[in-house]
Amino acid sequence: MVRFENVGLRYGMGPEVLKDISFEIEPRSFQFLTGPSGAGKTTLLRLILLALRPTRGLVTVFGQDTSRIDKGELTALRRRMGIVFQDFRLLDHLTTYENVALPLRVQGKDEASYRAEVVDLLKFVGLGERMHVLPPVLSGGEKQRAAIARALITRPDLLLADEPTGNVDPSLARRLLRLFVELHHFGTAVVIATHDLALMDQIGARRLVLGDRQLHIDD
Amino acid sequence: MTVDAPQAPPFDAAAESQARMRPGRPLVPSGTIAGRALVVVIAILTFLAALTASGAQLVANASAEWRSSIAREVTIQVRPQARTDVEAAVARAATLARSARGVESVRVFSKGESERLLEPWLGSGLDLVELPVPRLIVVKLTGEAASADLATLKEALRRDVAGASLDDHRLWVERLATMAGGVILVGLVVLALVIAAAALAIGFATRGALAGAKDIVEVLHFVGADDIFIAREFQLRFLRLGLKGGLIGGGAAALFLALAGWLAASLRASPGGNEVEALFGTFQIGWSGYGAIGAVVALVAAVTALVSRETVRRQLRSMA
Ligand SMILES: Nc1ncnc2c1ncn2[C@@H]1O[C@H](COP(=O)(O)OP(=O)(O)OP(=O)(O)O)[C@@H](O)[C@H]1O
Ligand SMILES: [Mg+2]
Repeated sequence: MVRFENVGLRYGMGPEVLKDISFEIEPRSFQFLTGPSGAGKTTLLRLILLALRPTRGLVTVFGQDTSRIDKGELTALRRRMGIVFQDFRLLDHLTTYENVALPLRVQGKDEASYRAEVVDLLKFVGLGERMHVLPPVLSGGEKQRAAIARALITRPDLLLADEPTGNVDPSLARRLLRLFVELHHFGTAVVIATHDLALMDQIGARRLVLGDRQLHIDD
Repeated sequence: MTVDAPQAPPFDAAAESQARMRPGRPLVPSGTIAGRALVVVIAILTFLAALTASGAQLVANASAEWRSSIAREVTIQVRPQARTDVEAAVARAATLARSARGVESVRVFSKGESERLLEPWLGSGLDLVELPVPRLIVVKLTGEAASADLATLKEALRRDVAGASLDDHRLWVERLATMAGGVILVGLVVLALVIAAAALAIGFATRGALAGAKDIVEVLHFVGADDIFIAREFQLRFLRLGLKGGLIGGGAAALFLALAGWLAASLRASPGGNEVEALFGTFQIGWSGYGAIGAVVALVAAVTALVSRETVRRQLRSMA
């Protein structure tokens, strides 16, 4: 589903952040992406969601070589992914509800067809009472949950979550992890970038460990 | 997604959303300072364009009015000659005119009437008996001057009636037509310039808004929006701004013209009003004038939509 072959990346003229990375993410799989701060977890996720192009090597997403892809295909690929950004990236002028509904709205879907689903999901992540407020008045943890809900709402084939539990207490972190696992059971391939060892210890999943610009895989 | 919560979520106690979601809240934040500035700029430009258009319209109407009324008339002037009877000469000229082809009616101004015509220039109370006041014969034609056989009449007058001359106003008509045409051309050029300025303003504003909304555009791309969708969001916003500015400017222009018309009407009621009326017609812009304003507003809206769409599309193509 995602395939890296000898991928290298540098930002501008800087040093290589990632060097010779090769791995594969299977459909319906579940894995953590871990490594110390600054190791390149976010960078790697950005390569998968095609916000960055590799300086070397080949990135294949959903069977498509990403080096020659047009804008229409890019949009189609992104619609199959759900992304939780480390810095949330909520739109500040839209309510929580509207932010979560955004991926459906941009597909031109009628609001009546998804309203109930969005409300259900918001309730599940504990934002039932916060759905009509704007992100600036949400707490860090609430923003995080809104960002997660936005990534889940389309039931993507691939979920990329960057530190999705970085701002919540351990019990909420467990609840959110369960949400990801459940999504995984529905058939979504899940990649969770985290350096929270306690979180990873809760389930025995595959770990992709970044360190020293290289990737080690613990199956 | 319908998630069967394995346990009741502890957070959301009641929170049933009876509140209807506001559908279609703009994805691009509106009501920014730049947006308001754009509305003001477009309003001013539309105001100027609408005034220009309705002014040109006014001139076109007035000149058409002058021309058709002037062109359907010719005047015969009979200057009193020494040792001849003016009355007899006038009668002969009138007879000639009546028998000419294409003449509808002939009206001879009596001596008294001719003198009265001079009153505004010479003042009343002046005894004109001793002055050789020229006599006028107004000849109304059935059609335009060109269709009547004026050359024959002119020739006959020259031959048979001493001191008679025919004035077909052609020179005046031509000058008026040229002047009106010039005014209208200038109006059109000004209109085109104003529209071009509006297009530039909208282009810059759109580009600025897109650059300012870079983060939003990026997020929209990540959640699966295509360029057409994003472009539509921006266009919609700019169309709204353009229409708002256009309507404000057009409304102000209509108000201005209505006021001017009212002023002209009250002026006409006062002494000297006749001259104003003679110059500008009744200064009624009427429906055609308001129609011109409406057309300008529509044009501004169309230009706004087109320019913002093209700008957004071009800009988005260069963004990932
Ligand atoms: N836009 C950028 N331009 C230049 N360098 C960058 C950029 N983004 C990240 N880097 C550098 O790349 C390296 C990897 O950054 P990245 O954000 O991928 O790390 P990370 O593993 O996600 O860290 P964290 O756990 O703190 O989120 C860092 O050294 C960082 O300084
Ligand atoms: Mg990171």
